[in-house]
Amino acid sequence: MERFLGKSVYKGVALGKIVVLSKADNQVKRTKVDDTDAEISRFEQARETAKEQLGSLYEKALKEVGEASAAIFEVHQMMLDDDDFVDSTIEIIKTEEVNAEYAVAVTGDNFSEMFASMDDDYMKARAADIKDISNRLVSVLTGQEDAGSLSEPAIIVADDLSPSETVQLDKDKILAFVTVHGSTNSHTAILARMMNIPALIGANFDLGKLESGTLAVVDGALGEFVVDPDEETVKNAEAKIEAEREKAKLLEELKGQPTVTKGGREIKLYANIGNVTDLAYVLGNDAAGIGLFRSEFLYLGREDFPTEEEQFAAYKQVLQTMAGKKVIIRTLDIGADKQVDYFNLGKEDNPALGYRAIRICLTEPEIFKTQLRALFRASYYGNLAIMYPMIISTKEVERIYEIVDQVKQELTEKQIPFKEPEQGIMIETPASVMISDKLAKMVDFFSIGTNDLTQYTLAIDRQNARLDAFYDAHHEAILRMIQMVVDNAHKEGKWAGICGELGADTELTAEFVKMGVDELSVSPSMVLPIRKIIRELE
Amino acid sequence: MKSFNYVIKDEVGIHARPAGLLVKEAKQYASVITIVKGDKSAVATKLMAVMSLGVKCGEEITVTVEGDDEDTAVESIKAFMESNM
Repeated sequence: MERFLGKSVYKGVALGKIVVLSKADNQVKRTKVDDTDAEISRFEQARETAKEQLGSLYEKALKEVGEASAAIFEVHQMMLDDDDFVDSTIEIIKTEEVNAEYAVAVTGDNFSEMFASMDDDYMKARAADIKDISNRLVSVLTGQEDAGSLSEPAIIVADDLSPSETVQLDKDKILAFVTVHGSTNSHTAILARMMNIPALIGANFDLGKLESGTLAVVDGALGEFVVDPDEETVKNAEAKIEAEREKAKLLEELKGQPTVTKGGREIKLYANIGNVTDLAYVLGNDAAGIGLFRSEFLYLGREDFPTEEEQFAAYKQVLQTMAGKKVIIRTLDIGADKQVDYFNLGKEDNPALGYRAIRICLTEPEIFKTQLRALFRASYYGNLAIMYPMIISTKEVERIYEIVDQVKQELTEKQIPFKEPEQGIMIETPASVMISDKLAKMVDFFSIGTNDLTQYTLAIDRQNARLDAFYDAHHEAILRMIQMVVDNAHKEGKWAGICGELGADTELTAEFVKMGVDELSVSPSMVLPIRKIIRELE
Repeated sequence: MKSFNYVIKDEVGIHARPAGLLVKEAKQYASVITIVKGDKSAVATKLMAVMSLGVKCGEEITVTVEGDDEDTAVESIKAFMESNM
């Protein structure tokens, strides 16, 4: 039994086998083999397994993100069947008498270099596909599990998880996350809160020493990760899991109940989501609407811009599923920590203070217009509100409205029906807080994005775990800003909400209600716990 | 041996997906199908080789087909290209 400590981002207990996710490249060792035929048949078997994995990834992607994005997995399957790739690998095994892992890695490197050296950006990018398939083969050969194809529910153990890696995870099969790196605001953390599963970050273990398949306990409340636990630890964990189940049952009874204080004040309690598949969590936790729908999912994990039709179909599906409940969709917020190759954003020294979100949309209005057209067309099918991120000036809002007017005029000319959705802005820069009196006259609502607002106000990078000691989520400066924004909104008869992580901070719920906050948008898993607190307030 | 010339109409050229479909199509025939672009050529059943030709929109390729079923193969490949690339 070994015990490690980490920082907890979601309290809860999990018991299960671990799956170690490690980056496969740089770990391939060259070893001499005597029986090259056996090595070749290992390679052939790995190829079959890899193709099966890709087949199920294709099916999964087809359901979740559509045919166009799923096609990449089909291409990967075909690459695994490529004669030259296969022949080259077998040749290396035979002539150099080496292990299959090494032969695959060398072949992968050679082929990806060939593509990387082509004078065509599209083909250059295919180098990554070759790397991807050779990494997949190496993972199969070394017995590492693939993130996308977990066979049974498991505790995911990794160095850190990137947004694109989390997209691939089969969410039904994750019991807990434990990572060496990452901070409480990293993507892993956000995902864990969304899915209601225990997660530890900054855990002090050596990834190389853990083996997939070992039993482990993750205790979010204690911040503990116990590998190969003894009988007593297992028993304790089982009891805690059972107690949590009981608690969840009690929260279950709050479903269908309004979110009102004892004094009769109703708070709009909405959910934050980042993908169409998350809708199930929204409905399952009985949120009154969606307070922040991050539209980035449409842009991430693909090779080219999503078309107006693709976007329209996704928005329409969300609006129809929510059947008349409010759905606040935030326009594109790419840049900073969310990079997408085809945007060609270029390297920036300081991406968080750089070219991102509304700044991209106003610089390249065609990208923006495509999204707005899709949104306005979809508005016809439900209760849509549109929210613009990263605003710092009234001029930006004026410019947005000019573009919106052009879009509406085009739709009218083409006789395409649309409604007039509410239009609001994210308050996530100190600048927007300071001029919120003026902004309140221009928009229908404010939604305070506390993650960025805190980062910009405290000058603390949310991805830098070393700064966690200086980070104070309850800093008085932030709370005063929230009060100021709420007051300025109310002076103009507008509403103000909070959609950042702070909105789900149960220690502040009472204070937010007292401040006059009209709406809280939280991870789906936090809807019922927050409802419980609000219903107990005077 | 049969052959024909074809100008690529798909705006991204012969990228991964169409190349993959072409490989599937080409594997159905016993004939050896070769794609020639300038001084480079690739056998149509080899995905990475086809992709590495880097054929772009507007470029002309020559397709040669040689084998027992070359008559049917050449017609099918031509039809395939017209509807896919």
